[in-house]
Parts: sequence; structure tokens; C-alpha cells
Amino acid sequence: MNVAADPTAIKHDAALRAATELVAGLPPAPAVWCTGLRKRYGRRQAVYDVSLQVGRGEVVGLLGPNGAGKTTVIKMLLGLVHPDGGEAMLLGRPAADPAARTQVGYLPELFRYQPWLSAAEVLALHVRLSGVSVPAREQHDCLSLVGLAERAGDRVGGFSKGMQQRLGLAVALVARPELVVLDEPTSALDPLGRVDVRDIVLALKARGVAVLLNSHLIGEVERVCDRVVILDGGRVAASGTLAELLGQREIRLHLPDLPPAAEARLAATGVVERVGDWFTVALPADDDGAAVPDLVRDLVTLGARVHAAEPARISLEERLLGILRAGDGGDQ
Amino acid sequence: MTTRTVLTIAALTLREASRRRVLAALVALTVVLLTLSGWGFSRVAAESGLGTLTSGEARLVASQMLNLVMFGFSLIAALGTAFLAGPTLSGETESGIALAVLARPIRRSAVLLGKWLGLVVFGSGFVVVAGLAQCLVVLVTVDYWPPQPVAALALLAAQTVVLLTLSLLLSTIISPMASGVVAVGLFGATWVAGVVGGIGEVFDNDGVASVGTVSRMLLPTDGLWRGAMHGFQDPTLLAQFGEAFEGHPFLSAAPLTVGYLAWSAVWVAMVGGLAAASFTRKNL
Repeated sequence: MNVAADPTAIKHDAALRAATELVAGLPPAPAVWCTGLRKRYGRRQAVYDVSLQVGRGEVVGLLGPNGAGKTTVIKMLLGLVHPDGGEAMLLGRPAADPAARTQVGYLPELFRYQPWLSAAEVLALHVRLSGVSVPAREQHDCLSLVGLAERAGDRVGGFSKGMQQRLGLAVALVARPELVVLDEPTSALDPLGRVDVRDIVLALKARGVAVLLNSHLIGEVERVCDRVVILDGGRVAASGTLAELLGQREIRLHLPDLPPAAEARLAATGVVERVGDWFTVALPADDDGAAVPDLVRDLVTLGARVHAAEPARISLEERLLGILRAGDGGDQ
Repeated sequence: MTTRTVLTIAALTLREASRRRVLAALVALTVVLLTLSGWGFSRVAAESGLGTLTSGEARLVASQMLNLVMFGFSLIAALGTAFLAGPTLSGETESGIALAVLARPIRRSAVLLGKWLGLVVFGSGFVVVAGLAQCLVVLVTVDYWPPQPVAALALLAAQTVVLLTLSLLLSTIISPMASGVVAVGLFGATWVAGVVGGIGEVFDNDGVASVGTVSRMLLPTDGLWRGAMHGFQDPTLLAQFGEAFEGHPFLSAAPLTVGYLAWSAVWVAMVGGLAAASFTRKNL
């Protein structure tokens, strides 16, 4: 049969081309998208109704207390745990389809690798299973990146916990991922190792690789993440960019013998908290950067002696604790 | 993609067996067993040479002893594969090794099939090589060569496949240690049930005889083992010492039927399918 001569086939062909162009013009699907994820283990509801999204090239932190359901959510995204309900997509494919994980790297919270293989063999195994062709040189570079180049030929059975976690990081990175899921990536690492992980995450971000980072180390999350999702009791308690979550900025001032007029000037700026001679003033949300210099200038004019002025931001830790405590109060 | 996953995991399973010194342990055990049996068979030859045994009796003793030693090999293979199959799957799930592997773009059923294939090659390979070496020892010492060595060794290998398939199913459900113990326990129980059934046949007691028949259907290890024995023993003895074969744990009166072989294949496919379904549904 001559397909080209068939007018229906030509029409169908044109429609297909138009559809392909339309799809090609769309922005790429998010790295992670899930809605209404639920999971129950026996009588305990581990995850209630979790929806979250990680955009391409975005670093999203997953925070929450122990048992909040963070690891269960991650495992549901990766097909390791079957959700009772909800939908999840990885890089534009349904998460239930194994092919969705082709460009996904994962460092589990419980990191263990075949103890009878060498570090290089573990990487080669994962490259083979991922179906991506990665030359041996590049695999070795990956080991170098996590500081294991010298131990490439050694059996994993002889590795310390920290080294196994570094190997896990290399496994997560080796198959050229577009999305990297790191579940407590620094739990076994020394301070130097933690800095290495931070640098690696920032390098991934610079390369446009999306990262979903679950960590108890709030400082770590604050430094590298674009957005944060806070889980508590299996639900999303809060989510947003750091600026949204930590929107309120403050200034701490050391002002001994403060004249009443200067104190009134402080109160006019925002809510004031006083501990001894230290005053913490909340800055207006619409501050364009002029509030602090203007305030200090006015205080000096009004006769105050400014010993110290420290711009501060509510830390993520304070915000997290605030959200979790508010949640506890709500439950009661 | 799936074929590559299956072959990769099968190769990994074989590498694990060799790196964890399972292979070395099996080789050492086999050498000990071959040496002991070689010594035993040479004694049979010496006794026979003194005229205390007729040639028929000597062949009967050789057949029995060959079956006995082969039972030893099948036991080693059974224990080896059962204790390898259990930890390789549920052990990896428990320790966390499975998390990183199964987060790759692969199907769990392909991983299970790869493990199964690796274990089949390992277990069957051991049985065939060790069994063949034993046949050669017998040939050299008492000048006896079994009538159907290929079929008999294939049935021994099939027995190993049945048991490791069961171990894999168990390891998707229960802990690594328990799966090995239960698999070997069932293997032993089926063998005992087979012997009990044989005794029932000797006394024409259908009730007792059916114990063996039912157990051979539920777990085909004993049935396949009896088929293998039939292939190792001298067929001319059946006419001479027919009665001695009935109910004997190390002699078999009848060959396997095609129907039973087909049932064994269906059994393996069924239990393997159950294992795959159970493993796929598991939360890690």
C-alpha cells in the first residue's frame, strides 16, 4: 500500500507533526510531581495527602521530625513503596513505570552496597542497570568527586560507614541523572564530608540537575535549597521558597541608655523585643533595603549610642520549630 | 532492557557465590565426598575380588552406593542453594542493598528472574560436575557406568531447581534465615514422606502409600530424585532383585513419567510466578 498517496494518512501525518511541535514547545515536565500521595502501614497512617513538586534544576529540601513520612514519600516516588492512593510523575513519566527512573539517581537513607564488589564494580553495576552508557573514565571521575578514587579497587565490605555513604553518593551521580534524590546524605559524614556534599549539590544545581534533599541538618538545607517542603505527621505542614517561609527579617541593636524619643523611633519601625540593652526590631515586609540605614541614622540623630547593629533573619530552624509546635497545638 | 537486567543480575549472583567463597566451600566438600566414596568403592571392588560377593551383588551394592553418594550431593546442592537463595533476596531487602538497585529503571520481576537464573546455573552446574566426577570415580574403582547418566544428572539438577525456586518464593515472604530453614526442612520432609510412601507400597497399604504420592506432587524434589536414582542404577538388577527395590530409600523401581516431568515444570513456573508477584508487591 502506498501510504503517501493516501489522503487520510497525509492528514494524520500533518496532525502528528503539529502535535509533536506543540509538545516540543512546552516547557519540560517537572522533575518530580505528585499529588494526594497516601500510605498506611497496618493501623498507622504514615502519609496522608502529600502533594509536592520539584522543578527542573531546582533544589528542594524535605524537612520534618522523625516519623513525619519523608522517607516514605521518597520511596513512593521511586517505586520502592506502593502508595495506597495519589499520583506521582518523575521527569514527565508516571512513577509506576520503571523507565521513569532512567535519569534518576538515589542515595537511600539506609545505604548498603554489595560488600563483595569493589567500589568501581558497584558503579559499573549501576551504570549497566540504568541502561546508560558511561565510559570507565567518567565513572572513575565520579569516585574522585566523592573522594574515593584511591579506593576504587577495594572491596566495599572493608569501607567505613562514611565511605559507604560517599560511595552511595557516587552511585546516585554516576548515570548522568536529571534528578537526584538524597535521603539524609550526610548522616555518616564528618564536617568535611558535609561541606563536600553541599558543594556537590550546588554543582548539580549549577548544571541544571534537580535535587530532592531530605535532611535533618537545617543549616545544610538553608544553604543549598531553593524551596523547602515541611512534612509533619504525614502531611505537608508548609512549603515555599526560603524567602516566603522566612520572609520576616529583623535587626538586632545594642543600645545602652536609650532616650525615649529613640525608643519611639524603634517602635515606629516594627515590633520590638527587648532583652537588657539588646533590641530586636522586625523590619517591614516591603523593605527595599533602606529601613536599616535610615533607622540607624535616625537613632544617632535622636541621641542614641549604637554599639552594634546586626541584620538578622528568622532562621529556618526557628521557623520549622514554630510550624511544628503550631501543628502540635492544633492537634491538641 | 529486561534481558540485560536478567543477565546482569544472574552474573552478579554467580559472582556473589564465587566471591563469598560458597563455590570454594562446595568444591572442598565435593573433593572430600569424592575421596571418601572412591575409597569406599575400592573396598567394594576388593571384597568382590575375594569372591565374597557375586558380580550381581557387587553391581547392586555399587548402584546403591552410587545413589547414596548422589543423595549426598543433592543434599549439599539443596542446602547450598537454599541458603544462598534466601539471603540473596530477603537479605538484600533487609540490609538495604536492594533499595539502590531497585531504584534503577528495572522491573523487580526481571531482578528475581536474574537471581533465579544465576542460582540455577550455580546449583545445576555443581550437581552436574560433581555427579559426573562421582560417576567417573565409580567407573575407575568398580568398573560400573550408569545406564542413563545424562538423564539422571539432569533430573538431579531439576531437583535443585525446584528447591531453589521454593527458597526464592519463601525469601520474598519470610526472613532470610527462616526461608533457608523452611526450604531444607520441606525438602527433608518430602524425602521422608517418600520413604514412608514406599513402605506403604511394600505392605500394600494404599493410605500410607498415598503419603508419598501426595508429598511428591506438593514438592517434586523427592519424585525427581527417585527418577534420577533410576537412571543411575543397573537395569538388569530390577529383574534379579525386584523386591529389594520396593520401598528402598536408595533404589528406585520405576522411571519418571512424562506427566510428572511436565507437572514439575508447571510447579516451577507456578512457584516462580508467585515469587515474582510477591516480590513485586513488597514495600521496601
